[in-house]
Amino acid sequence: MWTSPLFPEAASTIAPRVDAFYFFLVSLTAFMSILIAVAFFYFFVKYRRRSPDEVGVHIEGGMALEIAWSVIPLIIVMVIFGWSTSLFLTYTRPPAETLNIYVVGKQWMWKFQHLNGHREINELHVPVGRAVKLIMTSEDVIHDVFVPAFRVKADVLPGRYTQLWFNATKAGRYHLFCAEYCGTKHSGMIGEVIVQEPAEFEAWLLTGRAEGSLASAGGKLFQDLACHTCHRPDQTGRGPVLPGLFGRTITLQNGARQVVDEAYLRESILRPAEKVTQGFQPVMPAYQGLITEEGVLQLIEYVKSLGTEPQTQPVRPASGGPAPGETPPLPPKSEVNR
Amino acid sequence: MSATPAQSTLSAKPTLPAISPVMPEHHYLNNGYGLKSWLLTRDHKRIAILYLLSVSFFFLLGGLFAVVVRLELATPAGDLLTSDNYNKSFTMHGVLMVFFFLIPAIPATLGNFLIPLMVGAKDLAFPKINLLSWYIYMLGASFGSWAILTGGLDTGWTFYTPFSTVASTSAVVPAALGVFISGFSSILTGLNFIVTIHRMRAPGLTWFRLPLFVWAHYATSLIMILGTPVIAITIVLVAAERVFSFGIFDPKRGGDPVLFQHLFWFYSHPAVYIMVLPAMGVISELVAGSCRKSVFGYHFVAFSSLAIAIIGFFVWGHHMFVAGQSVYAALIFSILSFLVAIPSAVKVFNWTATMYKGSVTHATPMWYAMGFIGLFTIGGLTGLFLAAVGLDIHVTDTYFIVAHFHYVMVGGTIMGYLGGLHYWWPKMTGKLYNENAAKVAAALIFFGFNLTFFPQFVLGYLGMPRRYHAYPPEFQMLNVLSSAGASILAVGYIFPIIYLLYSLKNGRIAGANPWGAVGLEWRTSSPPPTFNFEKTPSVTWEAYEYPEGVESHVA
Repeated sequence: MWTSPLFPEAASTIAPRVDAFYFFLVSLTAFMSILIAVAFFYFFVKYRRRSPDEVGVHIEGGMALEIAWSVIPLIIVMVIFGWSTSLFLTYTRPPAETLNIYVVGKQWMWKFQHLNGHREINELHVPVGRAVKLIMTSEDVIHDVFVPAFRVKADVLPGRYTQLWFNATKAGRYHLFCAEYCGTKHSGMIGEVIVQEPAEFEAWLLTGRAEGSLASAGGKLFQDLACHTCHRPDQTGRGPVLPGLFGRTITLQNGARQVVDEAYLRESILRPAEKVTQGFQPVMPAYQGLITEEGVLQLIEYVKSLGTEPQTQPVRPASGGPAPGETPPLPPKSEVNR
Repeated sequence: MSATPAQSTLSAKPTLPAISPVMPEHHYLNNGYGLKSWLLTRDHKRIAILYLLSVSFFFLLGGLFAVVVRLELATPAGDLLTSDNYNKSFTMHGVLMVFFFLIPAIPATLGNFLIPLMVGAKDLAFPKINLLSWYIYMLGASFGSWAILTGGLDTGWTFYTPFSTVASTSAVVPAALGVFISGFSSILTGLNFIVTIHRMRAPGLTWFRLPLFVWAHYATSLIMILGTPVIAITIVLVAAERVFSFGIFDPKRGGDPVLFQHLFWFYSHPAVYIMVLPAMGVISELVAGSCRKSVFGYHFVAFSSLAIAIIGFFVWGHHMFVAGQSVYAALIFSILSFLVAIPSAVKVFNWTATMYKGSVTHATPMWYAMGFIGLFTIGGLTGLFLAAVGLDIHVTDTYFIVAHFHYVMVGGTIMGYLGGLHYWWPKMTGKLYNENAAKVAAALIFFGFNLTFFPQFVLGYLGMPRRYHAYPPEFQMLNVLSSAGASILAVGYIFPIIYLLYSLKNGRIAGANPWGAVGLEWRTSSPPPTFNFEKTPSVTWEAYEYPEGVESHVA
């Protein structure tokens, strides 16, 4: 794996692009530093004081030079900004089709849940050649998922979902670090990303999966918490109808528009009074502190499995099929633009 | 030159004194020897010495924690300290260095000592407030020390929530109080400088005749006054959430943890410029004095300080590119961060151009100026890597960041601090230190610094996260290099203490103007009398106006 002790493995589609940008900046830094150093040493020697009472030639400065060394660096940094922005936009725009994996960080471990219910701790299996999106939250303090070989990093915040995506290009085992200081065992909050060939990954996914898919676990939780008494499949319930809800834009009591995404579902489960759908009473109890983060994710996945807004339903390409098993089809990713 | 400085008794024409100089009969150091004469002094120069001693103490204490950190990191396993003690060590290193050394280091010592001298005033505008600021600093520092003694702090110097408010079991409140209190000393110092620079300039000393050191401190003072209250409020909120369980930053109580980061960096990024702008002011003086020449593009260098101070207030979000900020916010903070690079680059180019056709001495202060320019150039250019969101994602929160800010803070601020100390030491004490010893120390520091921090750039890109007690074995080689460099750096820092103290008793007498430099501070005796000047100087010459008539060797 670590072929060079001085440079990280590049194992994702974005990694070579980041490296190219990095080498450009390193070259620029080297060039500018050497330029300054050479000028400095040349002047340092050439104009050295030769007699104790010698003074320098009086030179006020020069407008042309000042403009030149303000404007040229300005142009250079704007080029850097443009290059950086194109990379950044790639980072922030996952492809429409992604394999979603839920991540929960807590002091000091990583918990991963695949859609088919397969769970892992401190190990994350992903296939080669497929865009993977991590949807992440924390149970306690801020953590950060960092996979150097993929050149990706994103904070994992309590009370919010953040995402990152990557497309691994090489099978292998890669470091996964927590990159946001989180207390005593911060440096022990590490794991491995295990990148496998697609077939191998599919086979792995089928092993050790007794609990059923995330959505089915969510369905069970939905029954256990008696959510179904109000959220009925038809219009008779006191709460909004859930099938077909995910991805839709709804109107809230105050008239604001709201896209039903993971973050909104999470908020509506934990603190339902915050954003009540128009036409409904704020009667739902708050589940803050009553459900684990993983439970919330299961519920969200259950709601997603109930179907989504038909308009946003894209045709699924055969090659990028959903995870095998009894999982309902992966919901379409309506958050392309986040 | 309309009026020659030769009108005054102390000629500005740089000449080596024909006869050995003598110490003045009365000066600020022999104006009373008792403890009371120091602890109740209102003399800005004595207060500067009080600050010099206290910030140097905290520098050494902070350095001690760095030694512990580097020792631990010499091996991949966390085998020297427990994880908690390691976390406390890097936290205390950061807190002590940032809040109790870097922020006050240059303004409160060199700034305090020199600004009244440079503007031709008897003292700062508010001498009692100046003394008060030192007491406030000491009170804050006592709280900081209390935090160390009662178990230490393990939040990192950044106090990130909700870790600091709900998870940490360490002495967060005492440390937070320490930071809160010492902030007021910073505000008072800034206030004093601004009023002094506005109101107490000597007759004829117009704004554009001011030394660039004064301009830099003016810009710094603006940040101190405008920024510090924000960190004070933030710290109070952290303490309130921790003690009274208010839901401000903790999402479980309806708070927002990222709000803390916004508030914290709104001060703490400008605070970087509180640290580095004064050092830039020092370098302008060092380069001009060492080249006996006007600083190239005086106006550009002066205004670049203000530009840095102002733009510096609008770049805080670049610390939060991976913290879940919106795409648009990230791009705006990115472009603004690139803009702040321009005035810094302008300064570096102007300093270099100043040497052209100068009369460049190879004395120690110029070595430090050279060190500063080299290290700050690398520190500044690697800042571009971090302003670029597309690259920042990979390198943020790794050793790349650690290396970058040490190049700016240590390579910039400490080189400026030490360079300034060496340049004005003869003025402050009336004595000359051993030039050879000083050069050896400067070389050790430069070499040790690079060996310590350059490998960390490589380590960071390789992926080693910062604040790691233990790390995978493939990172060891670079860590060993870094620890080896740190041991050289430590020797380099101890050395000046020895020869500077030695010079107090055994050093040659400096005389009023040992460098043959211009500037009002060189027109009074060394050490200066309590009220600085025999009579208020009247300025009829431009900044850095070296007498003509002596042909340069290049003509």
